[in-house]
Amino acid sequence: MSADLSQQLQQRIQHAYEAKLALQIVGGNSKSFYGRSVAAETLSLAGHSGVLNYEPTELVITARAGTPLKEVEALLNQNGQMLPFEPPAFSEQATIGGTVACNLSGPRRAYAGAARDYLLGCKIINGKGEILTFGGEVMKNVAGYDVSRLMAGAMGTLGVLLEVSLKVLPKPEMELTRLFNCSANDAIEKMHAWSQTPLPISATSFHDSVLSVRFSGAAKAVNAAVNHSGGEINEDAEKYWHDLKEHRLDFFNTDKPLWRLSLASDIESLALENSAADYLYEWGGALRWLKTDSPAAEIQAAMEKIDGHASIFRHTDQVNVFQPLTPALMRIHKNLKMAFDPHNILNPGKLYTEL
Amino acid sequence: MNMTDKEEHSGNKLSLLKALLKILPEDAVLHEKEDLHPYECDGLSAYRKLPMIVVLPDTIEQVQSILRLCYELELPVVARGAGTGLSGGALPLENGVLLSLARFKEIIHIDPKRRIARVQPGVRNLSISQAANQFGLYYAPDPSSQIACTIGGNVAENSGGVHCLKYGLTVHNIQQLKIITMEGELLSIGGSGLDSAGYDLLALMTGSEGMLGVIVEVTVKLLPKPERAQAILAAFDNVVKAGEAVGNIIAAGIIPAGLEMMDKLAIRAAEDFVHAGYPLDAEAILLCELDGTNEEVSEHVARVRDVLHQSGATEVRTAKDEAERLTFWKGRKAAFPAVGRLSPDYYCMDGTIPRKQLPRVLKTMAELSIEYNLPVANVFHAGDGNLHPLILYDANIPGELERTEEFGGKILELCVEVGGTITGEHGVGIEKINQMCVQFNSLELTHFHAVKAAFDEKSLLNPGKAVPTLHRCAEFGAMHVHKGELPFPELERF
Repeated sequence: MSADLSQQLQQRIQHAYEAKLALQIVGGNSKSFYGRSVAAETLSLAGHSGVLNYEPTELVITARAGTPLKEVEALLNQNGQMLPFEPPAFSEQATIGGTVACNLSGPRRAYAGAARDYLLGCKIINGKGEILTFGGEVMKNVAGYDVSRLMAGAMGTLGVLLEVSLKVLPKPEMELTRLFNCSANDAIEKMHAWSQTPLPISATSFHDSVLSVRFSGAAKAVNAAVNHSGGEINEDAEKYWHDLKEHRLDFFNTDKPLWRLSLASDIESLALENSAADYLYEWGGALRWLKTDSPAAEIQAAMEKIDGHASIFRHTDQVNVFQPLTPALMRIHKNLKMAFDPHNILNPGKLYTEL
Repeated sequence: MNMTDKEEHSGNKLSLLKALLKILPEDAVLHEKEDLHPYECDGLSAYRKLPMIVVLPDTIEQVQSILRLCYELELPVVARGAGTGLSGGALPLENGVLLSLARFKEIIHIDPKRRIARVQPGVRNLSISQAANQFGLYYAPDPSSQIACTIGGNVAENSGGVHCLKYGLTVHNIQQLKIITMEGELLSIGGSGLDSAGYDLLALMTGSEGMLGVIVEVTVKLLPKPERAQAILAAFDNVVKAGEAVGNIIAAGIIPAGLEMMDKLAIRAAEDFVHAGYPLDAEAILLCELDGTNEEVSEHVARVRDVLHQSGATEVRTAKDEAERLTFWKGRKAAFPAVGRLSPDYYCMDGTIPRKQLPRVLKTMAELSIEYNLPVANVFHAGDGNLHPLILYDANIPGELERTEEFGGKILELCVEVGGTITGEHGVGIEKINQMCVQFNSLELTHFHAVKAAFDEKSLLNPGKAVPTLHRCAEFGAMHVHKGELPFPELERF
């Protein structure tokens, strides 16, 4: 399926701009739980799809924002390549545009980089209905401010993504996962000791006394790495990492608020009152999922102290879904929002009430 | 400048000097003409200007006070690291203050566990890797000026190097910045984790050419040093074949740590200079470095050798030891000064193209070289498509610099035409400001100006660099009619 809906989308945004009518931007509606809710008319990108340029030896793919993520991944897979940031889809309908807009990355992130790291360029419609192109389809490009990366994680509040260009990489020849029974602190120690060596680690997780470590690369290198690391073999590793990425592990089956904590990887524990809090670690300890009823203010205050940030990923009715910004940073955010969306019509309030 | 302007200028200078001496010790304020000369240009020495005053603060509080003062007085400020930039980004303004970060040269902390280093902006790129070496770690981006260039300048320019294909640019290798806005406010951007809340201001700051804020601290990511690195040198009797070989290596699923190409003129120049043992009869050579674990490198070396032979290489050499690997690189790393020996002056360009466009771009450049009667040597970060054509000229011949710049401008416009960009790693600065009008339309440029205003409302930080005014583009456009269409038709002409 391939269709160019740029013109219709542009007209709708122009109209909304003139009428000062807010729009809720929706791709595949796979991550609607994420971020603050937006009460507004829907602008759907789902039909605006199609891969526009892909040449495997150039390591770049360009697709319309509404292209299903699974379609992009299937095409890359046919050519032995992948999106290196291993994005979660959360549903069959997930789009490549939504993936970039949310800047969510999977288990490989700590070792390969995030969605924003692989974003080379994008075409957007701003809040006035103007079509703009930033970045491009080449890997090294320092002409002008890096506005395309600014779109990654902006959740549509600065512009509606029309097209995105991403760097891709060859899939590793082999992947093996090893399991280790240990305490949380031992897991932190092990992950840090290994990450200071050239071992080809591509994912780590810890939960319920089990540390999982995935090694990826040339077959000889991966075999040598697991000989060195020891540990038990995980026979069903592919499913495990997929379920972790897609939040299908039992851990994620909960009605409690699910928090996403981004922090320095070697922090041993957070000073939270509710000691019954249940954690799952990823990214060598730099990402922690937390199930807790503790109030947002307490968690975000604890994170502020260690220069990290906390967001409520699922099950929330709280105001501050994302870590509050300092007044000085918020002022710059508001200025940027004004520059790209002067009538505040694109996903207003999706990130913060002020934006 | 008429007399009254001149008087006003010196009056301003005097009162500014007085105010600055309240903030800084005497040795940190330079105002005599002979003291200002070292700051008149950066690595793009064809452009020179004396600043009104140079300040050399060494604390964050001093920088804040200086910026607050200049904000109040509405005086422009240009920040400067080591001054090795190649696009005139640190070119001073004669009515402005040049803010040198040279005294911020402390490595504050290396944390081997978190694999980060917190450093001041005046720390040299290479000294970070040297300091991290004791932990088996290093900082990956390695611009060719790495022995001299500073990390603050690297962030401002989003510097690259020869290992970008595998390890990324500066933007991929930093985690946190402390900056001071033009209003004197200290901001922390990024965080202790791998991502941060809100918009990606870390990406916006990286490569912003000193236009959004003054960087006063950088936290860089460190990587474990690869267990082994191995270099392969391949010769080709045809440049196009060498380009295809690059695509074939990538198609084989291998991402080399470095993948460089040099053409005949560059090979000759390098060989004459450092005797790296390059094959002089080759039309092009490829230098391919593979790194990783011992086993991975062994496997990949064998496969890359096969691919190179199958791609028509006339000769494939694997460095037999570390000494030979370094010799292979010595020629490449000395390519610029080597070319400099062939000619009184050379002009280094920095476009990036989709790699498949290489044959077309090389052919057009050869034609332009004949048209302008100026030789070009090509050094190419082949893996990521970043071209460094070096135009040989003699600045003492009247008009030759102007012709060189025009030729260079044509090369950059060609890069845009084939789907690339006018600058891969050197920045726009003052040098490529006209070509920005070719790469971006007036709406996009307007948004760049708005981004600047979001940080620097009065436009006092490095004004006039990196992003052209629409008026300038209109004037430039009058000389460059693209496909029969005048750019910026919506603008009034005067």
